[in-house]
Parts: sequence; structure tokens; C-alpha cells
Amino acid sequence: MTDIAQPAPAGPLPQAYRWLRANLFGTPLSAALTLLVLYALIRLVPPLFDWAIVKATWTAPNEQACAAKGGACWAFITTWYRFILFGRYPYAEQWRPAAVVLLLILLLLASCDRRLWGRALAVAWVAGVIAVFVLMGGGVLGLSPVDTDLWNGLPLALILAVGGLALSFPLALALALGRRSQLRGIRAFSVAYIEFFRGLPFITVLFMAAHMVPLFLPPGMTTALLWRIEVAFVLFLAAYLAEAVRGGLQAIPRGQYEAASSLGLGYWRQMRLIILPQALRIAIPPLVGTFIGAFKDTALVSFVGLFDLLQDVAVGTNDPGWRSSYVEGYAFVAAIYFVFCYAMSRYSRSLEARR
Amino acid sequence: MTVPSARRRGSAWLNDERTRAFLFQALIFGAVIAVLTYLGHDATVNLRQQGISFGFGFLEHEAGFEISPALIPYTPAGSYTYAMLVGLLNTLMVAAIGVVFATAIGLLVGLLRLSGNWLIGRLALGYVELMRNTPLVLQLFVWWNVLRISAPGPRAAWQVIPGVFVSNRGVALPVPAYDPGFRWVLMALVAGILAAMGLAYWARRRQERTGQPFPTAGVALALIVLPPAAVFVALGAPFHLDMPKLGAFNFRGGVTVTPEFAALVVGLVVYTAAFIGEIVRGGIQAVSRGQSEAALALGLKRRHVLRLVVLPQAVRTMIPPLTNEYLNLAKNSTLAVAIGFADYFSVTNTILNQTGHAIEAMTLVAAVYLSLSLSLSLLMNLYNRHVALVER
Amino acid sequence: MSNDNRNASGSSPMIELRHVDKWFGAFHVLKDVSLTVGRGEKVVVCGPSGSGKSTVIRCINRLEEHQKGQIFVEGIELTGDVRNIEAIRRDVGMVFQQFNLFPHLTVMENLTLAPIWVRHMPRREAEDLARHYLERVRIPEQANKYPGQLSGGQQQRVAIARSLCMRPQIMLFDEPTSALDPEMIKEVLDVMIGLAEEGMTMVCVTHEMGFAQRVADQMVFMDRGEIVETAPPAEFFAAPKSERTRLFLSQILRG
Repeated sequence: MTDIAQPAPAGPLPQAYRWLRANLFGTPLSAALTLLVLYALIRLVPPLFDWAIVKATWTAPNEQACAAKGGACWAFITTWYRFILFGRYPYAEQWRPAAVVLLLILLLLASCDRRLWGRALAVAWVAGVIAVFVLMGGGVLGLSPVDTDLWNGLPLALILAVGGLALSFPLALALALGRRSQLRGIRAFSVAYIEFFRGLPFITVLFMAAHMVPLFLPPGMTTALLWRIEVAFVLFLAAYLAEAVRGGLQAIPRGQYEAASSLGLGYWRQMRLIILPQALRIAIPPLVGTFIGAFKDTALVSFVGLFDLLQDVAVGTNDPGWRSSYVEGYAFVAAIYFVFCYAMSRYSRSLEARR
Repeated sequence: MTVPSARRRGSAWLNDERTRAFLFQALIFGAVIAVLTYLGHDATVNLRQQGISFGFGFLEHEAGFEISPALIPYTPAGSYTYAMLVGLLNTLMVAAIGVVFATAIGLLVGLLRLSGNWLIGRLALGYVELMRNTPLVLQLFVWWNVLRISAPGPRAAWQVIPGVFVSNRGVALPVPAYDPGFRWVLMALVAGILAAMGLAYWARRRQERTGQPFPTAGVALALIVLPPAAVFVALGAPFHLDMPKLGAFNFRGGVTVTPEFAALVVGLVVYTAAFIGEIVRGGIQAVSRGQSEAALALGLKRRHVLRLVVLPQAVRTMIPPLTNEYLNLAKNSTLAVAIGFADYFSVTNTILNQTGHAIEAMTLVAAVYLSLSLSLSLLMNLYNRHVALVER
Repeated sequence: MSNDNRNASGSSPMIELRHVDKWFGAFHVLKDVSLTVGRGEKVVVCGPSGSGKSTVIRCINRLEEHQKGQIFVEGIELTGDVRNIEAIRRDVGMVFQQFNLFPHLTVMENLTLAPIWVRHMPRREAEDLARHYLERVRIPEQANKYPGQLSGGQQQRVAIARSLCMRPQIMLFDEPTSALDPEMIKEVLDVMIGLAEEGMTMVCVTHEMGFAQRVADQMVFMDRGEIVETAPPAEFFAAPKSERTRLFLSQILRG
């Protein structure tokens, strides 16, 4: 049908006027809708702006002080932002989770670009994962040890999502190949696994991990909650990533497989040298989509006892001086998620377009 | 050049493709069995240590907790099984209402995204991006807090539309009350619908025979709307709404849904509608421009191009992702546990906390949601095969 | 509504373009294009890609809008008036490079769709008409198949039959064989030659010079949005007047 904005039709009148005519007032219905929307905006935007900026308080000791001006209490954010972002991580050491956040973002951005794929990237990932552990956990290199319970907030979300992505990837590859395998037993197992985890809501998988993993460990052995939840992410993500990779494998013409076979390459060599590089390239959009979903899902871990961004806000609003500042808190967290997810999806779309 | 001598019998068997396949699978299979046995052993030991027995017998015990809303009569004296059934009905209710409204709004959003009006298109895009890039649980919290904390008390309730009151006790809605005269209106409606169907059939046959088109849509609409309206007016408007009226502390009459229920449904609908909107937009845009050009070149009017050429193809593309979204909505309904609505997952979770039978409870949860997913997938596959475009 | 466009021989031209200009945004895609096509005339438009040749014929049935100049089809002027556009589209058939058959309908349904919904023909009559034209394009046995089950050459022939079912006075062809495998080009060209021999007014955009030499009354060479040269084929191929035409012909007619 029509694209969002039509190019201004050629003609004698000035460009801006023609654009307005075509895009806002093209048909009588369109003109009526434009006027309606403009009216709604005029009624809604000024009061919102008033509340959020004009009458807002940026610094205050508690929310009662904000009430004096009547607007948004951004003082909640300026007072609590470090707690919201890093949770109960020791205050003086918070440069470490900040560094981890940066490191993980860089790794992600690098991995999106196909041109950087190769042995160097794999090594970078391994080094990066080790660096994350060292920085967050400490205990070596003169860094004070910090228990995993205190890994909260934004670093926690990134560790769970990125760690989940990295660790589940080999499993996802195996499942995708297994689902397309000629061997019936392997195929059945892969299908069962994938359909199992795709049919379950994620929060149930989290609860299962929290309650059931301790039961299946050797008696007497305990693991930190963080690792149990990471296991849940890994197992769950593997199913979705497997489907994304399978889509890529299916998109490759049969001729590629046949050419590789006729050159004498065995199954594993074929996969490694010919098929998977192409398949993974095709699979980037759904892979990024799955990752964005996983990142958003980290907001659910507060229901199994981990302190993510939302839980940190809850703690903040529990403080008697800030009981009703949840609006500002949620707005802050929403902004963080939005920035990350939107940037991620735009970046991947721009890579797609470049090809 | 000498021909390499034939290999001995023994290793020929080992190198055969089928043997290798069999051995490989046996190896994997064996490993999986070994892991499962090991895990099972650990579980048994751990459970014994904690003094929890394994078995589903606990389901007959008394529940001891309240569930609201309950679509079937329920008291805390009911069994756990009964409580889970109540929860399951709640899940299905939320899913059904959610799917209907999300589809309606999603269709609208999709069409708005395709609108020629830049302002509308951009607003729709902003809405979609906001929904897609923030977690659903956060959105649910916002709705819940608005309905629970920011909403005023019943005395100062917001009247969103006449008869619908939003307060921090919940949302009060009017319900139709029984009125003897309304029966005739309904009969007129049914008669009208049957007449419209007959008309459509007759008009189609007539067009095939003579080629003359008939304004079926308009006349059918009139047949469906006018007779019931006429009867309605003639009988003196036999229709009453049981309106919520402010009583001493709360609303009486009508039906009041809890803030949790309202927040869950509204949150799910608003979130899922954004994704459905993108599916609708994608489906329509996926129909290649050449199709509408060829149809226009043949002289077909725009509305015929849409109805006969574009939409049939668009709908085919939309069905698989649409069913996937419906499934997501059903799965997302488990976030009810975050805001305290008693859906199937919440109830089972409460039972788990009360009894400690983690494995059994989680098995029941998995069983229900897996059956839901699998049956929906099956239905969708059947439908897809039925309408698939026929190719070589 | 009808203008007196009689030319020297006394019959009004079927298609007339007078100083037509078109822009795509800032890009000037048609520059002062003027063209006349008489009844029964076959015009072949050729030129390098981007020359605007497809755009010209798409303007004739209003799939593209021109900004300056006038276009007359059978004496009716092409303006924004919907009734004019619909009247013109009923009488002008178009065959596309990508066939654009409706994949969700059978071949028979593809052919009878427009006669039923535009010319209000009873279904029986429309199906007889469809069968007649399927015979003409020599694939009567495919009537109940779906487009996805046919080869490229068969699909394009069905597309031609679909346009013919509207009994057009003019047929427009937009590179009809460019998407076909070589062995299927002949079957489609044969159908087009048959149409030409029956006296159909045709405007073809094509690279098939053999076909052009056999069938065309006029050759039109376009380059960068303008008509560079117009001549009967004999003259056009043997003694092209413009240097650009010569260059193009030397590239097209290698070997």
C-alpha cells in the first residue's frame, strides 16, 4: 500500500508545503485525523512537560521536599541511581561492575559485525568472560572478593543475558544440527528439547531452576543462586537460538551441501567451513531478537530472589522517605531498558541493510 | 598402478555409514541415560534427607487459601486439585479476553502504521517501539500501580466512560440485566443474521449467473441492524444495565474486577497489540506491489484489489506469526504471579510453597503449558497446510 | 472528454504523449517525451537501463503519474479523474516482467477475475472466454492448475491470456521475456507475434531485437529519459542517425 512518508510530488509550490499536503492532509480523513491528534497533543503534552521538567525537583533529601513543587521527584533518581544500577555491590568498588558493563557491551557490538568473526573474536570472548569473573568476583589480583549475591542491577542483567547467550550457543548449534540430522534418535531428542523449552513460559523455567536444581545436585553441594539462574537462561535460550540457527540452515540452498560433499568434505568439516558461516550470517536478525528478549527477561529474576534493576527500585521505594517515588523509579529503569534494546535492534538492522 | 587390496571384513563393518550412525546414537543415548540416572539418584537422596516424600497424593489435601476471582464456586476447604482448576480457568479467561482485544487493537495499529498520514504513522511507530523495548513485567507494574495506588478511592472514582468506574478497589463495569422483552430483540437479531447469510448466498449465485454485482455488504448490514433496532424501539427499549452505584464503602451492582485482573488484561493487551500490529503491517507489505499493479492494470477498483488479491495473500502470511503471538500471550499470562493475580501458575506456586512438593508441582505446571502450546501449534499447522499456496 | 486528435491520415491515434515530463522526487526520469501510436501500430521501445522506457509505458495506464504534459489514450485524457483512469485501464492490457499472476487463484480464476468484477460478465461466459484465450496461448490443459505449478514461460502466457480476456484495444509489454529462461522465450514471443499479426496495437519494451525487426512498425530509442531516435526498423537498424543509438545497437547486437 503506501509507505509512511511519500516524497513530495514535484510541482511549483515550495517543498515544505507540498510535503505537508501529501503526508498530513492527503485525504479528508487524513486531515481530520491530523487535527484530532494535534488537539490531543496540545492537551496532553504541556501538562506532562510541566510535571516532568518545569515543576520537577532534581535534588532533595526526601520526597516530601519534592511535594512542595508538585512535579516529578527526579531527586529519587539522583539520590538512588547508584543503588538502582549496581544494587548492594560495595560502594567503593562499583567501578568494577561499571567496567564489566562496558566490556560486555563492547563484546556484543563486536560480535554483531560479521567481518570480525573468527578465531580472534572467540579468544576475545573467552578472555572477556574470564575478565568479567575476575572483576565482579574479585579475590585475585588484589581485588577484594565480592559474593555473587551482591552482583545486582545492570551488571547482573548483562551477565545473565550475555553469559546465557555465550554459554548456550554451542548447545544451540548442536540442537539445530541435531534437529536436521538424518539420525532419527538425535532428531527426536532435539525436537523434544526445543519444543519443551519453547512451550514453557520463562518464569516457570526460572522457578524450576530455583526450586529443582538444588534437588538434583549431589547431596551437600550448594551453588550460588546466580549460577542456578544462569543455568535456566542457558537451557532456555538454547532452544530459541537453535530455532534461529535452524532457520539459517534451512535458507541455504541444497546445492551448497552437495558441492561441499562432492569436494570430499566430511560432515563436521562441511558444517564448520561452508554451511555454518553462511547460516549464522542469515540468522543474525532472529539471534539479536532472541538476545533482546533475554535481556528483557532478566527483569523476572527478582521473583526468584536476585536483585535486578526492578528489585533495586523496589528496595528504594521501601525506604520511608521515598514511598511513592515508584513512578520516577520505573521511568528510569524503563529508559535504561529502552536505550539498550532499541540501540541493539537499530544496530542489527543497520548491519542487515549494509549487506 | 596397483589397485588397493580389499579391506578385511571386520573393519568394513565398522566403517559402514549405518553402523557409525547407530554407534553414535547409542553413545549419546547412553550418556543421556547415565546423566538422568545420576540426577535421579541425587534427587532421591536429597528428598529423603529433607523428609519430603514423592507422590501426587498431596493434591487431595485441603487448600486453605482464598482465590479471587473464581469462575466456579470455590472455598478454601476445596482440594488443591480444585484450586488448580480454578486457577486454570482464570488463565484461560485472561488468555481468551486478551487474544480478542489484542487482535482487534493490533489490526488497528497495523493499519495505522500503514497510514499515509505521517503523524499517525509516527505515533503508531513510537507506541510499537516503546512496547517492544521495555520488559512486559515493568509495564504490568505500571498498570497495576496506577490502578492500585494512584487510583482514587471509590468516592472519587474516575469515570472513564459513563458507567465504568476506576478506583483503587478495582474497575466497576455495568452488566446487562435480565429483561423479558429483550428476548424478542435477540430473535430479531438472529433472524437478521440468517437473512443476511441467505442474501449473500443468493447475491453470489446471481452474480455468477448474470454477472451483475450486488451491494451485499450494505444490505446485509441493514438486515442485521435494522430489524433488532425496530423491535427494540417498538417494545420500548427493553434493556437495562446493572450500573455500578456508589454504596457505603464500595460500588454495588454491576461487576467489579480486581485491580490485578484489570492490570493483567490491560497490560497484556496493550503489549501484545503492538506485536500483532507489526505482523499485520508485515503481512500486507509482504504482498508484492506487482500484485496490486497487475490487478489495477486489469481495471479492478481499489476495494476489489484489496479484497480479492491483497488480503487473501496477506492473511496467509500472517497466520503463523499470529498464532505464535497468541501463544506468547498465553505464556505471558504467567506474569500474573508478579502482581498477585490467581492464575494457574500463581496457584500452583502457592501450593508448592505450602507443601514443598517442588518436582510434582513443576511437572503439573509444565504439563499444562506444554499441552497448551502443542495443541495450538498443531491447530496452526493443520490450518496452514489447508490454505498453503499450491506450488510445484 | 474527447479531443480532436486526427492526424494526417484521418484516423485518431490510439496513444498520444505530448511533452510529458516526470520526476521521481528530484530525479528527472522523463524529459519532454512525445510519442504517437496509431491503431494497429506496433511500437518497440528500447534503450539502456534507467532510460525511462518502463516508466513511459507505466504512465500510459497510470501505474505512474506524470507531472507535466498530456497523455491521451483512445482520445481520453489521462488525468487524476478516476473514471477516465478506469475507462482506460479496461481497454489497455499490460504484461509484466515478473508475470504477477495471483498465486492464490487457479489459472482459470486468474483469467475470469477481471471479466467478472469489471465487465460484469456471468461466470459461464467468462469461463468460456478464458478457455478460448488459453487455447490461443496454447495451454488449455493448465486451466485448473495454480501459477506456482507452471513454468516461467507458461506463466507469462497465462498472463498474456489474462490481459486478453478483457478484450483490450491496446497491449503494453514491459520486458515480458527478461525473466525467462532462454528456452522459454520463443514460446512467449510466438504468442506476441501472433497477436501482432492479428492487428493488435502494441507497445513493447524489450531487448529482443529479432522480434522487433520482425514485428515493429516503429522503433523508439530512449536514453536518460529522452526519446533519442524514432524510425521504422529497417532504417533504425541499418542506418541509425544518432551516435548514442549506434553505441547501444553495437552493444545489443553482438554476435
